[in-house]
Amino acid sequence: MFKIINREEMAEGTVILNEIEAPLIAKKARPGQFVILKANDTGERIPLTMADTNTEKGTITIIFMVVGKSTALFKTLLVGDAYQDVIGPLGKPTHLEKLGDVICVGGGTGIAVLHPITRGLKQAGNHVTAIIGSRNKDLLILEDKMRAASHELHVCTDDGSYGHKGFVTDVLKKILNEKKDQIKLVVGIGPVPMMKFVSLVTKEFNVKTLVSLNPIMIDGTGMCGGCRVSVGGKNKFACVDGPEFDGHAVDFDELSLRLQAYQEDERQCYDHFCKCQD
Amino acid sequence: MAKNEKIQRQQMPEQAPLVRKNNFNEVPKGYTAEMAIQEAKRCMQCKKPACVEGCPVGVDIPGFIKHVSNGDFTKAISKLWEKNSLPAVCGRVCPQENQCEGKCILGKKGEPVAIGNLERFVADYEREKQLATRPEKAEPTGKKVAVVGSGPAGLTVAGDLVLKGHDVTIYEAFHKPGGVLVYGIPEFRLPKEIVFSEVSGLEKMGVNVQLNTVVGRIVSIDELFEQGYEAVFIAVGAGLPTFLNIPGENLIGILSANEYLTRANLMKAYLFPKYDTPVVRGKKVITIGAGNVAMDAARTALRLGAETSTIVYRRSREEVPARQAEVHHAEQEGVKFHFLTGPTKFLGNDKGRVVGMEGLKMVLGEPDASGRRRPVPMKNSEFELECDLAIIAVGAGANPLLTQSTEGLSLNKWGYIIADPETGKTSKKGVWAGGDIVTGSATVILAMGAGRQAADSIHQYLSWGW
Repeated sequence: MFKIINREEMAEGTVILNEIEAPLIAKKARPGQFVILKANDTGERIPLTMADTNTEKGTITIIFMVVGKSTALFKTLLVGDAYQDVIGPLGKPTHLEKLGDVICVGGGTGIAVLHPITRGLKQAGNHVTAIIGSRNKDLLILEDKMRAASHELHVCTDDGSYGHKGFVTDVLKKILNEKKDQIKLVVGIGPVPMMKFVSLVTKEFNVKTLVSLNPIMIDGTGMCGGCRVSVGGKNKFACVDGPEFDGHAVDFDELSLRLQAYQEDERQCYDHFCKCQD
Repeated sequence: MAKNEKIQRQQMPEQAPLVRKNNFNEVPKGYTAEMAIQEAKRCMQCKKPACVEGCPVGVDIPGFIKHVSNGDFTKAISKLWEKNSLPAVCGRVCPQENQCEGKCILGKKGEPVAIGNLERFVADYEREKQLATRPEKAEPTGKKVAVVGSGPAGLTVAGDLVLKGHDVTIYEAFHKPGGVLVYGIPEFRLPKEIVFSEVSGLEKMGVNVQLNTVVGRIVSIDELFEQGYEAVFIAVGAGLPTFLNIPGENLIGILSANEYLTRANLMKAYLFPKYDTPVVRGKKVITIGAGNVAMDAARTALRLGAETSTIVYRRSREEVPARQAEVHHAEQEGVKFHFLTGPTKFLGNDKGRVVGMEGLKMVLGEPDASGRRRPVPMKNSEFELECDLAIIAVGAGANPLLTQSTEGLSLNKWGYIIADPETGKTSKKGVWAGGDIVTGSATVILAMGAGRQAADSIHQYLSWGW
């Protein structure tokens, strides 16, 4: 059992933070890696990239958006409750090295995944510009942490309720226009459409781009092939070859479709769960 | 004619095909005690039993059958346990026709003794009655052994070494122990309760089972040695599913057999939405490949509501690698077979879901490296097959997760671990390997055979050195 020792509700309760006791995972985990969590005996295995680790406390932190039955079930777990199973660290860690000027772009709960990578890139000696966005001010997460993890932070909201009105790609394009030759790397993590458009923008400027993918998967160890993604026309398994890939080579449209494989079932399961909760 | 030959082989009682294709209960119901005794009496008790030579773990087959014919099932299980720590599993999933029963002298003229059915009966009888005592454990040696993977090879090594007095820990990546026995083989062929009961038997003997532990990620082999382990046995299975690499293969509704079966078995998708994990439920299902895994997938599809379930295989019926019993059961349940058929492309709709497969008819040419005749496409034989679920069951490759993170471990060109065929010793001191990560996809009993040899070698090493 993996006990929750700290829990926060963010973005009007749509996003949940769990700090979970998992000392062995915490000791080994590096930025960019993920864990698979299962709440109880009947639960599903859900992959989530870690938002933080604390080796002294022996904890890992995950931040997830409530989107279906399994995340709704996770939301019901309170401090003192436990996940039945947590498996990790899985996937390859982000390669953190000194490159010069880098830009980290995050959207939605992708910001949670982006945060330790941003911090790592700064610690590695890079000059880090961060751009984060959400639909509106209330849904924005981790602004303070991202400010501390970067040298320069830009905030965007779709409705203009806070920061720049518009998409993260607008700001990204502006910065690239100003100093494209200086930028050595862009890291984009968020919803699939956001990563797709970040990659399209950086492609124009020919700037290397990393994205972190979270496709459907079961085992997380390369055994099921459910997480396969087309990268440069070749099949890659996100769990063992990723989760980070070259954004210019990923087939985002195929990924979007594959993420919808169980949409109907998920709705059925979620409705069933909500009825039981009432 | 000897009296043994007059008794007919006892037919295994089974659920009727049209009933069982709608449920996940086990297909064979097992012998009654009377049937088992009758069947055991057919055994000639050969002086030089060929059946034993056919058994990868060398079970004293006439020995245990003798006890069955005397009605002493407790002595029979003790005899089995001497060589086989998982008899309830082997009685169900071994390819007996190519092993013990294939060598049985009675099979030359008529039907061989039903060794598998008897093994199964004896193990089930004991599980229910709990009368026998497990073999005595040797004095503790104080030596720690790590077993990576809790499939058939790992369980065998753990069972053998704990008996010899060693301190054994099994590390399993999944949240349940059993490896392929729980994620791969369906409930209707091997009830999971049986696997868990075998594992809990090992735990009672002192084996420590650590779940949710991906060795190679959370702990390395070298770190296991630093933690005081003196020997490590690697049995992580094959892993990476092979795909066909044809257009359209990433459409929704095309799954590897590994994924399909893991969802259905380990995650219990057949009980969705009571269990949270869904699985694609096709009406027109095709399964590519004709091994045991393909049969499992095609039969699972029927139970999940398929109207048609079709095996597509590029060779002919003669080359089908699955156990005869599996093919027979599949056909009884209504699985269709398209032999000499090779897929070339999958077709999808505007939602990215598979709606069909394009293929070519094949003819068999000259034998290839595997000794089987190579299928050659026929010109102008293109055809289409409608489907809303396609399961790819054409084997698996080596999983690189552990091997890449371990220094000093020699691999062959396909990424499998090179291990001594007699002992399981690898190129790295103190490390043994066995099962599918050495041989590529094979059978439960071969993995157990490799485990047995490695356990002997590990015990020697812990007693005398490398």
